[in-house]
Parts: sequence; C-alpha cells; structure tokens
Amino acid sequence: MLQYMIRRLLQIVPVLLIVTLMVFALMLAIPGDPARALVGPGEALDEEQLEIIRKEFNLDKPVLVQYGIWLSKVVRGDFGRSSQYQRPVLDELRTRAWVTLQFGIAAWVLAVVIAVPAGIISAVYRGRALDYIATLISIGGVAIPNFWFGIMAILVFGVYLGWLPAQGYVNIFEDPIEGLRHMILPVFALGITSCALIMRQTRSAMLEVLAQDYVRTARAKGMSEPVVIGVHALRNALLPVVTVFGLQTGRIFAGAVVIETVFGIPGMGNFMVLAIFARDFMVVQGGVLIMALAVLSANLLTDLIYAWLDPRIRYND
Amino acid sequence: MTSRPSIEVLKKTMRIPQAAFGVVVMVIIVFSAIFAPWITSADPEEMDFDNLLQGFSEEHILGSDQMGRDTLARLLYGARVALMVSLGAVGLGVIIGVPLGLVSVYCRGYIDDIIMRVMDALVVFPSLLIAVGLAAAMGGSLPTVIIAIGIANIPWMARIIRSQGLTIREQDFVAAAEAGGMSHFRIIFKHILPNSIAPVIVQSTLSMGYAVLTEAALGFIGVGIQPPTPTWGNMLLQAYPMLDQQPLLSIVPGLAIFLLVLAFNFVGDALRDVLDPRLKGVIH
Repeated sequence: MLQYMIRRLLQIVPVLLIVTLMVFALMLAIPGDPARALVGPGEALDEEQLEIIRKEFNLDKPVLVQYGIWLSKVVRGDFGRSSQYQRPVLDELRTRAWVTLQFGIAAWVLAVVIAVPAGIISAVYRGRALDYIATLISIGGVAIPNFWFGIMAILVFGVYLGWLPAQGYVNIFEDPIEGLRHMILPVFALGITSCALIMRQTRSAMLEVLAQDYVRTARAKGMSEPVVIGVHALRNALLPVVTVFGLQTGRIFAGAVVIETVFGIPGMGNFMVLAIFARDFMVVQGGVLIMALAVLSANLLTDLIYAWLDPRIRYND
Repeated sequence: MTSRPSIEVLKKTMRIPQAAFGVVVMVIIVFSAIFAPWITSADPEEMDFDNLLQGFSEEHILGSDQMGRDTLARLLYGARVALMVSLGAVGLGVIIGVPLGLVSVYCRGYIDDIIMRVMDALVVFPSLLIAVGLAAAMGGSLPTVIIAIGIANIPWMARIIRSQGLTIREQDFVAAAEAGGMSHFRIIFKHILPNSIAPVIVQSTLSMGYAVLTEAALGFIGVGIQPPTPTWGNMLLQAYPMLDQQPLLSIVPGLAIFLLVLAFNFVGDALRDVLDPRLKGVIH
C-alpha cells in the first residue's frame, strides 16, 4: 500500500505542474494589454505607470519566466492582490471557501445518504413500483439543471408555501436553526445531480453483485436476507460508488458557482462570479486554481481509498 | 463503413421507447430552432409595453417578460444557441480529443505519457470552471462558451480512444495485420479508429446534454452569451427577479433545458446499450 501511495503521489507531480500552467495560461487569454486588466477598471493610467505595473507583474519578461515567478509565489501562498479590495487574493478567498466547503460537504453527505439506500432498495425490489420511482428520479436528476431545480424549490417552498428562506446565508455555528433552514434548499439543489448518479451506480453495482455465486452461497447457508444484502453484497457494491466521489467533487464545486448565485450565498463561487463583473482577474485566477487543486486532491483520495478497499488495484496499475 | 450497419443500429435504437421519445424531442427542438421565424411571427427582441409579464395569452402564447418580449419567440431562438453550443463544443472535443487519443495509442512511450498527463490535468477542471476563467479573461460570448465547454470534452474523448485502442491493439486481427506488413499508421485508420467510433458516438451524445446544462448555467450567472441574444440560460437569469410575479417566465426555459438534456441522455444511453453493452462502466 505504501509503495502504491508513493507511486501515486509521484504521478501527481507532473499533473500538478500542468494544472498550474493551465491556470497561469488564463492570463495569456486576456485580449489587449494585460497590465491594464490586472489593475482593474476605472484606473486611468499613463504609459509610465503601465510600465511600473509591467515591471511589478514581470510582464516584461518571457512567458516561461513569468510562469516560474508566478508559480514560486503561488507555492508560498501569494495569489496576487484583488484589484477591487486591494487585499491579498488568498485572504479574500479563504473565508469564502469555508462557506462553499460547508455546502459542498453537506450536499455530498445528503446525496450519499439518499442515494445509497435508494439504489439498494431499487436493486432489491427490481422491476417493482419502488424501483421505477427511484429510476425515474435518477433519470430526471441527471437531466435537470441544478440551479433551475433550486429556483423551482424556491418557488414552491419559499414563495408559495413560505416554509423556507429563499435567499441568504446564516452561519450555522452562530444560529444553528436559522443556519440549517437557510441550507436546506441550496444543499438539495447542489446535491441532486450527484444523488441521481450515485443512485444509478449503486443500483447497477448491487444488481451485479446480487447475481454472484457467493451471494447465492450465503443465501444457501441460510443467512437472513438483511445479512446477505447488508453484509455480503453491500461491501462490494459500494466499490464503484467510491469512484464517483472524485468526479462528483468537481461537479459540486462547479455547481457551487451557480447555486451560490441563485441563493445569494457569500461563498467562493459567488465571489468569483462577482469578480468577473468587477474585472478582478486575480481573484478569478486564484479561485480557479484552488478549485482545481481541490478536485485533484479528491481524485487522489479516491484512488487511494479504492486501492485500500480493493487490493487488486495496487498490483494491476 | 457502409450505411447498412448504421441503419441497423438506428432501427434497434428506435425500438427502445426512451430513445424513440428522445429522438422525437430532438427532432422537434431542431426543427423549431431552424424554422423559428415561420413558427412565430414575434421578434424575440421586440418589446411590447402593453403586455408586460403576461401568462398564457392570445398575444403571447407562452407569456411575456418584464419588457414585454415574447417568451415563445425567445425560447425558439434560444434553442438555436443551445444546439449550436452543444454541437460546437462536442465537435471541438472530438476534433481535438480523438487525434490526441490516436497519437497516444500509436506512439506509446513518453509521448503517450505526456498526452495522458495533460489529459489528467484537464479533467481536473469542470467545464463551468474553464468557462468562468475564460469569461474573466475574454468576456462571455458564443465562441468563448463553445471553446470552454469544448476544452472540457477533450480529455474524455482522448481517454476513450486510447482505452479502446489499447484493447484492440491486443487483438489477433491487429497482430495479423502487423505480421502481414501493414504499417502502424494504416492499422490505426483501418482497425483502431473504426472500432473506436461507437463509444465516441455514445460519449458525444451524452456530452451534448451536459453541454446544454453548462451553457444554461453560464447564461444564468451572466458570463455566457450576452443579452439581447436570447439563450435559455440568460432567459432564466432575467426571469429570476420576477419569480414571485410571473413564475411562468422561470418555468418555461427550465423545462426546455430539461427536455433537451433528457432527450440527449435517453438517446445516448440507448445507443450505448445497442452499440456495446460492455461500455456501461466506461462512459460517464
């Protein structure tokens, strides 16, 4: 296992470098003078001042040198300054990332808590009404735009029924009840796609496992059905669910960008969108990098968990 | 490749009810997008200040928005954008991803390593994130949206081609072709490419649905294609503040997105089952 871990970690180094290179390359996509873009709008600058900025951001140097300087700063936690707040990007992002993380984890937990039992029930009662309902939900859940699901939830539970707040964020550690009430709708909206996918995955994995010989043996030995399903079948059926984890992290982060906008949640996604309109480029670049790194870590974690659960992986790779 | 097997696939696919439903929905949406000016005489950008925020009515069948613009007309013209983005983005993914995958299979060794590490890195960026980054740099527009979603499609296509290629390369008929003196280059085009087409078609269909969702999300956060051009996403953005006054405005475009994505998914799933049932685990 240790050997596998070391090999995986070494493999990630080139990927990490390429990821940072891609994020850095965003700067090259800015049309016109990047010096102007970097200080933000509304600043009338003469050529002399622009020259100072070019020096400061090393824009006068070759691209690869710029990348090297940028990377060495990023590694030390210097993501540049936000042009709208005149503060370090990382400080601004840090507090907001915490909000995004709360919603992301909650959505992920919610998705698993609903999807895994639903997928199992669906497989066990294959072809019956419960299975059809679960399948219908999982098909719909993948096709529905998550933010539109959120809007419709606001319409029903916020506007018509008035049960839940439609907007805003309350810190759950300061006011647990209001905090939870504010979290319910966005978390459902954020988790729906993942929930549908995991449900589908669990169902088909479970069906496959239930057809295996060892399950038949367990039944033949006279084990009760809950033990067969809960102990023998479930363990193997959950393997493919783990692989979905890495993929879903990206989905949930990307989802946060939109869902936070719908519900007015002051998270990282919302902050990045506002930064686009404020032409605060460094904030967007920093946000993209942090999110990409989070997805990369989740992928790595998934691989490691998978290898730990299924020893065959360690040797086949 | 003759047309015979493809007709056979089509027949088999259409026998699956979900796929038939999906194809019908797709055909309807494609036709209404193309023939939008003939279906409705209303101009999607024309304001009608006598009929603001209407529900179903005679003047505006699907209602009107806060500027009195006709929702049906905007929906139909928005379908054009949705289809252009999904076709363009997936096309871009195929055009770049497939050759990369082939080069990877053909060259093996360190070139394969380099290409695959770049693909690993690309996978880390959800399409929405690429789009947000590009929109910040270049501004939101049709090409930006297509490029952003297209880039996100590249690694999946390349990976599929590569994994197919690796399997096929081990097969006897490839060994036979090699022994017969066929060049690697010809082997790729005669054997590996045709045998990899099926999963690429399946992935493309499913990716088109995902592209529609991403385009809508971008439109909704305001960094996609900019108004006054109607897109389903920016329609939802403009409808959102009016949610309690005229919910129909928010319901209609969302339903359209849902239906189109559902159609793509149904057809994609059916094609996968028909073309190659073994692909179930491979394609996301």
